[in-house]
Amino acid sequence: MNISEYQDVYVFIEQREGIIQNVSFELLGKARDLADSLNEKVVAILLGYNIENKANELIAYGADTVICADDMELEYYNTEPYTQAICQIINKQKPGIVLIGATITGRDLGPRLSARLATGLTADCTKLEISETRELLMTRPAFGGNLMATILCSAHRPQMSTVRPGVMRAREKDESRKGKTEKISIDFDRSKFRVRIVKTVKEKKDMIDITEAKILVSGGRGVGNEKGFDKLRALAAAIGGKTEVSSSRAMVDAGVMEHVRQVGQTGKTVRPSLYIACGISGAIQHLAGMEESEFIIAINKDKYAPIFQVADLGIVGDVHKIIPLLTERFVKK
Amino acid sequence: MNIIVCIKQVPNTTEIKINPATGTLIRDGVASIMNPDDKGGLEEALKLKDKYNAHVTVITMGLPQAEDILREALAMGADRAILITDRKLGGADTLATSNTLASALRQLKFDLIITGRQAIDGDTAQVGPQIAEHLDLPQVTYLEKLEYDGEKTFTIKKSTEDGYQIIEVDAPCVVTVLASANKARYMSVRGIVEACDKEIEIWGFDKLGISEEKVGLKGSPTRVYKAFTRGVKAAGEMFETDAEEAVGIIMSKLKEKYII
Repeated sequence: MNISEYQDVYVFIEQREGIIQNVSFELLGKARDLADSLNEKVVAILLGYNIENKANELIAYGADTVICADDMELEYYNTEPYTQAICQIINKQKPGIVLIGATITGRDLGPRLSARLATGLTADCTKLEISETRELLMTRPAFGGNLMATILCSAHRPQMSTVRPGVMRAREKDESRKGKTEKISIDFDRSKFRVRIVKTVKEKKDMIDITEAKILVSGGRGVGNEKGFDKLRALAAAIGGKTEVSSSRAMVDAGVMEHVRQVGQTGKTVRPSLYIACGISGAIQHLAGMEESEFIIAINKDKYAPIFQVADLGIVGDVHKIIPLLTERFVKK
Repeated sequence: MNIIVCIKQVPNTTEIKINPATGTLIRDGVASIMNPDDKGGLEEALKLKDKYNAHVTVITMGLPQAEDILREALAMGADRAILITDRKLGGADTLATSNTLASALRQLKFDLIITGRQAIDGDTAQVGPQIAEHLDLPQVTYLEKLEYDGEKTFTIKKSTEDGYQIIEVDAPCVVTVLASANKARYMSVRGIVEACDKEIEIWGFDKLGISEEKVGLKGSPTRVYKAFTRGVKAAGEMFETDAEEAVGIIMSKLKEKYII
């Protein structure tokens, strides 16, 4: 393998029913940074059916080139057609870096691609940088967030990583950016299409996306129960705007909150403008999911709780007294 | 029907703590367990054994002490247990691990290969799909529920971000299972007694019929460049006061930061 032949930063664009998922915009933002430090291009891989009209949006978010395969076989994600399409693109174009969202789709696709291409894949990266020797430094948590590891893929290309939604920042959409779209056709081996999707069902769980919230009022063991969370919900409603209630793992395990609202290593990674941690002690797995929030307020009875180590403002006190008072203030405003 | 379940021994990461003085992991006294998603996968296999009299083989790659989880699997009801262990296999990343497991699986009969969705020590979710690719088999990941028609077709409920999918796939195939799919059974007393008598097959590198270039550190395209514990950010301001004043502090801080 002649590594110097491999260039440019590619992003797999994830669409569901023709809607580009936010994680793809976030990856385009990161790809832009990486490509700028390498002085290379950002290329978006857009797969779908009747999807070409989305290309300009990808350029506005940072892509220089959009490679678009518009094919009925690619309308919905399915492992094999997508793997074939992307492998054909990668083998022809020889990208240096490929970024994939660590969604359920990305985590199905990424390892299949890495095995077919016989290259490395680093999962759930939280930081991506270019080294002095122009290699991709991929940093990720391990051991349930207790340890961070920086991974290199020196002798194989492309260097591939998955990144969880909410970890990277999308750039401001710039409609004036110029780029080009290349339409390509894929030569499918349909004998390998062995998985039949009988139906796709949407449930209510997609209604809430805590990663999209500007403000999160988050509760842990100290909130106690459903009634305690009612106080948090009242505060979130009083603040208004894009404010949501989220939860630590303890309250999800206890059945008080739904898993879609869980913040942390086994839940979602969030970075709202304001994170109000109520009665959350701050296990390392929780901190891993929220410490990048812009401003963190922690309210906890135990002044030694680890949550105070990441808080910008720490209040040692009783959430059951403070939250209702705080809610009143917002209602009065 | 022959089912192979790939399992892994992992440290119970929820018990790992960091020594604040040295910034290193405290692993002493942390129990090793069967990875939770793998246990969910094993239960799926045992349910098929109960219903269709399937033969269940468990296989793991690891250190010699990984025998513990194989014994546990036998006590739960697995029929055969294989431990792949060799110094040459050490330092493997996911690709080398999947190559190693695939080389062992090629020597076994199977209609269904089950892995856990991901292991709690690495959280990569890669080895299952990579095995499927090496063996040229279809894969279904994030399995919540599995039904078998008794002949060749599996109907699978796959979990997705915004709901679920119903998927059909014929044997042979690879599925990766969520811990939440099943409440794993306990080891039975009889199972424990019988498990003590059952032999655990030890397979070394020579048994695998694979090139040394594909396994262990040599077969791993990724390398750990450095590992570190996450730094603690500078502590913010802290106040210990009554609720009334606390609310005042919060409100003025939010105004100061233009958050409200």
